[in-house]
Amino acid sequence: MSNPLKDMEKPDVIFCIGTNMTECHPVAATRLKKAIANGAKMIVADPREIGLTKLADINLQLRVGSDSALLLGMAHVIHREGLVDEGFMLDRTTEAEAFLKHIEEFTPEWASEVTGIAPELIEEAALLYGRAERGAIYYTLGITEHICGVDNVQGLCNLALMTGNIGREGTGINPMRGQNNIQGAGDVGAIPNNYPGFQAVTDPANQAKFSKAWGREIDHENGITKVRALEQAGEQIRAMFIDGENTVVTDPDREHCERALESLDFLVVCDLFMTETAEFADVVFPATGFGETDGTQTNTERRVQRLRKAVPPPGEAKPDWWIISRLAQRMNFKGFEYSGADEVFNELCSLSGTYAGLNWDRVEFGEYQWPVPEEGHPGTPRLHEDRFINGRGIFKLIRYRDPAETIDDDYPVWLTTGRRLAHYHSRTQTGRSEGLDYLRPHETLEVHPDDVAAWGASDGGWVNMSSRRGSVRIRIESTTRSPRGTVFSSFSFNDVPVNVLTGSGYDPVTDTAELKVCPVRIEPAIEPTGD
Amino acid sequence: MSDNSGLTLFLDGEEVGFTRGESIFQVSERHQKDIPTLCYDERLEAFGACRLCIVELEGARYPVASCTTKAEPGMRVTSKSGRLEMHRRVLLEMVVSENREVDVNELAGYASQEMTTLVDRYDARTGRFAGGKSGTSRADDPNPFILRDYEQCISCYRCVRVCAEQEGDYAISVMNRGFDTQITTEFGGLLVDSACTFCGQCIQTCPTGALADIKALRAKDVEEPVEKTRSICPYCGVGCAVDIMTKGDRIVGIQPAMDGPANEGALCVKGQFAFDFVHHPDRLKTPFVRNDHGQLVPASWDEALDKAAAGLLAAVNEHGRHSLYAVASGRAPNEAGFLMQKLVRAGLGTSYIDNCSRA
Ligand code: SF4
Ligand code: SF4
Ligand code: FES
Repeated sequence: MSNPLKDMEKPDVIFCIGTNMTECHPVAATRLKKAIANGAKMIVADPREIGLTKLADINLQLRVGSDSALLLGMAHVIHREGLVDEGFMLDRTTEAEAFLKHIEEFTPEWASEVTGIAPELIEEAALLYGRAERGAIYYTLGITEHICGVDNVQGLCNLALMTGNIGREGTGINPMRGQNNIQGAGDVGAIPNNYPGFQAVTDPANQAKFSKAWGREIDHENGITKVRALEQAGEQIRAMFIDGENTVVTDPDREHCERALESLDFLVVCDLFMTETAEFADVVFPATGFGETDGTQTNTERRVQRLRKAVPPPGEAKPDWWIISRLAQRMNFKGFEYSGADEVFNELCSLSGTYAGLNWDRVEFGEYQWPVPEEGHPGTPRLHEDRFINGRGIFKLIRYRDPAETIDDDYPVWLTTGRRLAHYHSRTQTGRSEGLDYLRPHETLEVHPDDVAAWGASDGGWVNMSSRRGSVRIRIESTTRSPRGTVFSSFSFNDVPVNVLTGSGYDPVTDTAELKVCPVRIEPAIEPTGD
Repeated sequence: MSDNSGLTLFLDGEEVGFTRGESIFQVSERHQKDIPTLCYDERLEAFGACRLCIVELEGARYPVASCTTKAEPGMRVTSKSGRLEMHRRVLLEMVVSENREVDVNELAGYASQEMTTLVDRYDARTGRFAGGKSGTSRADDPNPFILRDYEQCISCYRCVRVCAEQEGDYAISVMNRGFDTQITTEFGGLLVDSACTFCGQCIQTCPTGALADIKALRAKDVEEPVEKTRSICPYCGVGCAVDIMTKGDRIVGIQPAMDGPANEGALCVKGQFAFDFVHHPDRLKTPFVRNDHGQLVPASWDEALDKAAAGLLAAVNEHGRHSLYAVASGRAPNEAGFLMQKLVRAGLGTSYIDNCSRA
């Protein structure tokens, strides 16, 4: 997030797009509710009727995968109505002129055609955001899990740049990170293109720095993404080491994924449970979990916080840092002689510009948000206050692109996937915690009542849902939360492995899977007999 | 801020500064006056219901509630006197007389000891006003998280206010007045059928254990003392700070950290209640290796580490450095991710590493 969580109580106009915040980030949503109680107006763009919908002043129920068209239409209106912040564009951005010219063709009428939202509503939303004193944008995977995820994010950046809604209290572009430490995983360099602290792998200066620190030559080239690695499994990729991820269930196109893991010569998995993924492994390591280890973790607002051990782990389970470093030692790799998480964290800080001013003791109370470039620096709750990291904000001339697959006669219904309040990912944790199943005992497919009737199905009855990749059987929940022609389900329940269906395409820049859009066919089915 | 400079009042005879908008209670608290409260939660609008926080103001005939009275320049406030202490004691005697029990298990919730502590401080277990009854308990609500024992309710409305003001959920409200006062959902039904999200905030602010943490209370008969360890919720990226409650080697419950920088005392149903997985029998307790028959069987660390190192190196030796790929976790601590990338970079000189953020 460009801005701190506490800023969520400050905007006068809130724009939430592709985020089911009341279910996925409930505590963050309470802050938005406070802003609304104080008079803030809210625009919500989502294909479904979600918790936020009820709180919104303007609801933009768009067709799945059409976000970038909406954003172009809004930019068009903001420009046409003279609501651009010319001073900001002049002082802080580049490509502004080309951008303003580019968006002339994207009228609200055009955007309406693509998104299915009435042009008047697009105008209204654009005016509201365009006139905001402090306009803040919030988004999650509903924006990024598309083949055009990068375009969507850039579309949002364009809106913020043209209205100067960045670098101030209560504004900004704020992705809400899904997993507890997904922010940290990027920060520490567990990505193919960056060393710790987002230092580019392809920059010779960085390469020299890390080669020196670790005493060996390191490739100039970026590595490949996990998506590509799975594709090349059994060919170029022969062995994998997977830490704490249930790839088989949470990744798209389950069959492809299972085939990939099977074709490896050797697989090592480290996890809390014998997950569906661990079942494929040659060696499985038992890791410590919540409350069993000391460490650090970084939240969505870039705040580095301490994890503490409260109880001993079960049996012989060990902390991840111990497992990885001991494995590295047995592989005869140098520089893995750690005796505690603190030593690992301190090495990270010494090599990362964003964590440079931190160390184990300084993160004791979690008061720092990175970048903390040197000791004594107070941290950076708000990014881009005086300048952008790369100097100027760059407008990107995006266009709308269709999803990888669109509905047709064979697969006439849009499926979109997401999460539920009471459960988390593949339920390895919430499914094993008493009481959560009281709130959500099983998966359902949310279908508009008119569609339920039209398909000859019934509320609570079963259907087969098929895509080009596979088929699952699932129980219907008749609800107006889904619009006609679009259905919704989560991927949390193992007996309804929805990711058998998904995986139609990937964003060309980030390789992020299009999990939010998948054309399907739905046919009534009989209830499965439990075995 | 200029209109705030130099504002002072007299607190128990001492001249002290304050900021415009502060209540007398807030000023007094800053000066460690230890005024008793029951309906007060610093995160909520002051409500003025319990009147325990009364103070005397020079020129005023009756004591005023310090939580709802704004500080004014020149005020002369008395925070403690024989008369105030007597009032407070009588109020407590009356409050507690309606309750079935005075002593509450500390597992019930973060604020659950507030009433008991005050009753003891004021020696108010006299039973002088016995006879009234607070509310009707909802033993019929089968939800597995929130005990609704309204016979312990003292009508401070902290639960109703935290639900509305802090959560924005408006799941519960107040019905009737006086002895008939009852906290209830919109149609008097079960929480699961209301707007309730089971965030547990009402449990944590309740000062009497009327609303209590059913999951934590499962361990009420366990002998060991409750200990708390500060950590961070293992679910979403908000990063709510929590206090893990343990008895011996078991996690028995979770309480929100009121001073957690990201959550300021808030939690959601997952962070509050979804912790049993830690001690679940399915947890892996030893390493496993695949044997000659293709089965995964328990193994020692030595055996597993050797086998893993040999297997990964065999691929590298046969097919080159770029045949090994590492996937780091978005759930594990920073140290795990850092070492995963160091393994491929320092060990093999590649950047064949990613994490789960793309799916
Ligand atoms: S658990 Fe949360 S939402 Fe439910 S009544 Fe209590 S405060 Fe309200
Ligand atoms: S308590 Fe809920 S909102 Fe807070 S970090 Fe955990 S999952 Fe996220
Ligand atoms: S705390 Fe002031 S009236 Fe209850």
